[in-house]
Amino acid sequence: MLRQYETVFIMTPVLSEEQMKETVEKYQKFLVTKKAEIIHEEHWGLKKLAYPIQKKSTGFYHLIEFKADASWIKEWEISFKRDERILRFLTVVMDKHMLVYNEKKRTKSKEKKKEMAD
Amino acid sequence: MSAQQQGEIKYLTPIAVDTKKKKYCRFKKSGIKYIDYKDADFLLKFINEQGKILPRRITGTSTKYQRKVSQAIKRARHLALLPYVADLLK
Repeated sequence: MLRQYETVFIMTPVLSEEQMKETVEKYQKFLVTKKAEIIHEEHWGLKKLAYPIQKKSTGFYHLIEFKADASWIKEWEISFKRDERILRFLTVVMDKHMLVYNEKKRTKSKEKKKEMAD
Repeated sequence: MSAQQQGEIKYLTPIAVDTKKKKYCRFKKSGIKYIDYKDADFLLKFINEQGKILPRRITGTSTKYQRKVSQAIKRARHLALLPYVADLLK
């Protein structure tokens, strides 16, 4: 069944800029090979964690929104679990209210950018 | 004038009886349908200084949205956006 998902994952702050990009790319490629449609992506950068995870107090946050078949989501999550560079991850199925909310948020931020440009 | 009438106390302005302000569900009132777990600043309104989720009787949230609030807070905690336990959070 085709559904829209949202995944947020936290990478260790030990990674260099390049390594971090490589990690993100790895997951983007994963989606491409599964013929999933990437709808939105956000990189939050280095953020402070509310509590230490694996003795790290900061982490790189990255968000991916995609449309994919439900059958391989398990595989997707296992790949996160096996990755040592990932501290935490969360995959959420998006319901209709969430879709509307995200859509609104995106158009709003776009408008803001436009205003800033003006 | 009878004695009875004189004994009655009359107020010019109605006395201020402690009228409780009616609580309302802020989500129902403003038409918010979805509560974002990534918005930690907003979720701060629904937790106390120790990071515990506030009960409905204090925030006035309706059952339906309280469920969504608690879901969002738990997701935020998992992603280290909110603490599980804290001291003097606010």
